[in-house]
Amino acid sequence: MNGKQIILSGAISFILLLCGCREEYEILYSTSIETKVTEENTGNLKGFYLLNEGNMGSNRATLDYFDFSTGKYKRNIYAEANPTVVKELGDVGNDIGIYGSKLYAVINVSNYIEVMDAKTAKHVGEIKIPNVRYIKFHNGKAYASSYVAPVKFDQNARMGYVAEIDTASLEVLRTVNVGYQPEELAIVNNKIYVANSGGYMFPNYDRTVSVIDLETFKEEKKIDVAINLHRLRATKYNELIVSSRGDYYNNPSKLFFIDLETEKVTGSLNMAVSNLDILGDSAYVYAVEWSHNTQRNTITYGIFNIRTKEVVSRNFIKDGTDKDIVIPYGVKVNPVNKDIYVTDAIDYVTPGTLFCYNKFGKLKWKVDTGDIPGHFAFLYAQDN
Amino acid sequence: MTSGVAAQYKTDSLQHLPEVVVTADAPKEVIPGQKLSGKELEKLGGFSVADAIRYFSGVQVKDYGGIGGLKTVNIRSMGTNHTGVFYNGVQLENAQNGQVDLGKFSLDNLEYVSLHNGHKSSIFQSAKDYGAAGTIYMQTKRPFFEGDKKTKINVRVKGGSFMLFNPSLLWEQKLGKSYSFTLNNEFVSSDGKYPFRYKRVFKDGTVAYDTTATRKNGDITAVRTEAFLFKERKDERWNLHGYYYYSHRGLPGFVVKNVWGHGQRMYDEDYFIQGRYEKKFSNLYATKLNAKYANNYNRYVDGDWTSPTYVDNQYLQESWYVSSANKFRVLPYLQFNIAADFTLNTMKSNIVDFSYPTRHSLLTAAAAELSFDRFKLQASGLGTFVNEKVKKNAPAPSKKILTPAIVMSIKPFKKQDFNILAFYKKIFRMPTFNDLYYTFIGTRALKPEYVVQFNLGANYRLNTKSSVIKYVYAQTDIYYNQVTDKIIAMPANNPYFWTMVNLGKVDIRGLEIKTDVAFEPIKDMVSTVKLNYTYQEAIDVTSEKDKNYRHQIPYIPWHSGSAIASIEYKSWGMNYSFIYAGKRYNAKFNSLDTQMQPWYTNDISFRKDFPGRGKMKYRVAFDINNLLDQHYEVVLSYPMPGRNYRLTLNMTL
Repeated sequence: MNGKQIILSGAISFILLLCGCREEYEILYSTSIETKVTEENTGNLKGFYLLNEGNMGSNRATLDYFDFSTGKYKRNIYAEANPTVVKELGDVGNDIGIYGSKLYAVINVSNYIEVMDAKTAKHVGEIKIPNVRYIKFHNGKAYASSYVAPVKFDQNARMGYVAEIDTASLEVLRTVNVGYQPEELAIVNNKIYVANSGGYMFPNYDRTVSVIDLETFKEEKKIDVAINLHRLRATKYNELIVSSRGDYYNNPSKLFFIDLETEKVTGSLNMAVSNLDILGDSAYVYAVEWSHNTQRNTITYGIFNIRTKEVVSRNFIKDGTDKDIVIPYGVKVNPVNKDIYVTDAIDYVTPGTLFCYNKFGKLKWKVDTGDIPGHFAFLYAQDN
Repeated sequence: MTSGVAAQYKTDSLQHLPEVVVTADAPKEVIPGQKLSGKELEKLGGFSVADAIRYFSGVQVKDYGGIGGLKTVNIRSMGTNHTGVFYNGVQLENAQNGQVDLGKFSLDNLEYVSLHNGHKSSIFQSAKDYGAAGTIYMQTKRPFFEGDKKTKINVRVKGGSFMLFNPSLLWEQKLGKSYSFTLNNEFVSSDGKYPFRYKRVFKDGTVAYDTTATRKNGDITAVRTEAFLFKERKDERWNLHGYYYYSHRGLPGFVVKNVWGHGQRMYDEDYFIQGRYEKKFSNLYATKLNAKYANNYNRYVDGDWTSPTYVDNQYLQESWYVSSANKFRVLPYLQFNIAADFTLNTMKSNIVDFSYPTRHSLLTAAAAELSFDRFKLQASGLGTFVNEKVKKNAPAPSKKILTPAIVMSIKPFKKQDFNILAFYKKIFRMPTFNDLYYTFIGTRALKPEYVVQFNLGANYRLNTKSSVIKYVYAQTDIYYNQVTDKIIAMPANNPYFWTMVNLGKVDIRGLEIKTDVAFEPIKDMVSTVKLNYTYQEAIDVTSEKDKNYRHQIPYIPWHSGSAIASIEYKSWGMNYSFIYAGKRYNAKFNSLDTQMQPWYTNDISFRKDFPGRGKMKYRVAFDINNLLDQHYEVVLSYPMPGRNYRLTLNMTL
């Protein structure tokens, strides 16, 4: 019996040893990181939020905040501010914006827009919109684009739509169907302009910008531009800048200009654009251009003048640190001190990096972010 | 208990003797693999082959949860694509993605499942047997007839949680003196629904949130039919094996905020026919021929309400395979094996801009074995020649690769069954059709992904004369593996758009301990205890510049283990099994955000045999799995089932 006891006690202790180490999952607390700056005098510009998308299926959309008054970067603040919210911020953040006292985070795969207090990031409410993409605000309302209009399933593709949301009640008021897989939108002259991509429909991409009348909330017309549209920004010169992603084969990424008077394409710029941010007359651009033919990425950082439509710089990063950026994924320019923020998504599955350059293109500081950092919202004092 | 029942039970154990004979008949391996026999598999009460493989050392089963969920095996952290799976001696091909879903293979009617690090080190085998970094063999039972019995029928019905209904029929028929025939049919249906739970707490342990939901769209309906024809004579045997499988399942998908279910569906229809012929001409020469045709159809339909387009992708893979292995025993202690295998793989699909690839692979192997009582050495070389053609776009360049392996065992003491075991192997995995040709993602220029393995181990077996302890077996191994030119998905220019590159280097260091004890504490009470422990450090050493440099690769726990204890007393049987996976990370960057808590499952199963009228026998088994109702995930966002039950009724005629 002695042998039996040894075996038995051996087996039991083996199992007990292994059982001992499982714990409950704790909420994810934020971490505060010092950057190289301690204080930035940016007037009533208090800081910015950075939305990290998180890779699809990982539920890892996270929110970071940079505080100009302390120079501290706080990573992953949402769960700590809202510990009782089930499954935190959600899956794949796609856009962010501040309007009034509220912060809106568009969470694509989680099919909703999270509404928070702009100052504390505390949960205020949510707006459920399936496959929601981008958000813009106008006159007390929010307007969001979505890939999937709630219509009967066409065997080939589904129309996208734009929803009008009351920013007080957070209710969807009206919807209007647009083109296929609509992306960015702009509200100008009492109209909504939406870039339709048809990005899921290779080789039959959509190639139009939908024009929606704000009064009737009906699609007035479609402006034919180019395939696979993505970015759409209104300029102070009564124009729209629209980017085409191209088809990654022989049609490269390109920029188009639409005159808002005639609602016609009036020009184009042979410049690849993945994302842009406009300050004054300068549009800061980066491009990651993939070619199936060469199976390579070409990465550029440039500035073009939105008035003259000429390329001013082919690389706004002047200290050579652009080679440290693997996949640029977001760009934003500080309207007060003209610092340029560039995010690096690296490989989409490891935490990214935020690079801050001064207006001369020299690296000021950099910091680790969440996964796939990409979307910024500035917080001003009067927003509170 | 009447003595009649006990006698019946004795006959039952006698019936399993042929298994032993068959095993002894098989060529002896220089390094024994890990094995679970049909009888042990039955005791474990698992459902698919994947459930059984979890008990082996050095193995991680990637399990997406539920009966219909994908289950693949990663051996010693080298990656799923380095695992070769053989069914009745012939490899199951999947040129499309290089992975075999072991959840599709039933434990019903298996003689054994075995796992070998490197290749199975028996000299007489086909070239494909040398072609993977780790191999799994599934062998179906050969019919055995007691006395003048000519027909054996076994009917089994399993049912239980997830609305599981799983009847099966096994019909074995003796035809004449040396022929026999087997027909095996199985049906599976399950709604795949089970509760899962997500919970987070504050530092002080109070609950932040705690939510329970039901896993949806995990239903499966599947049928499997297999037929075998065997002929066996003294020095010659052949068999024919036909296989058909059809399934229709929902893909429950990932669970993230606001997404508690998905609507994607998958249809599979696989069939193959394979034949094997073996003849021993003399002590000098023996030959083995294999041939197979396989046809795998897969359809993926996405009509989810949030999907921008309706997707209906269909894939058809076909493969033709012939193999010849030739054994020469030149001297009593010196044998050679010369083998050549040819495979033709094709793939068709309705996806846009598809390339329609065809792959010709010629594998040639030469092996030599020196075999003395106390020293065995096997050296082999594998030549791989691959050519590809496409109907559209460009083909991948052809490949010619030579890879070596050495396996040895030394028995230092004459009277002790103590052996020192060692092997070295260099091998690679080919880029799959998806890696090379998938529209937008595939990269033609991909190189094969290489693995180098070093293993040093020892085993010891003690057969005692004690009336209590029957035998003790222990084995331990330490190993070092290096994966280079790892094929990984890299972003092209947005997260929806990836491309494949050869970038990645992984260093793997591991320790495995396996023990197996059989004892009889009380007369007629036979007990066995198997314990396995694995330590693995598998770190990413791709580049010092990476944020995850020297981080543990995803889903590899440092510590893992399993325990199986079974007791049999007369017509009663009980089995307890335990699986543990320690702390690990769900992403390549190791941090608190990506850390996963250890999980462990306790499964218990009871069974009882009853004699029936005449030669009829009944068995009733009841399993409780995940007894502690632990909620866990093997793969991030894919919750696993909690406690579940299964009842099995078995009738043998």
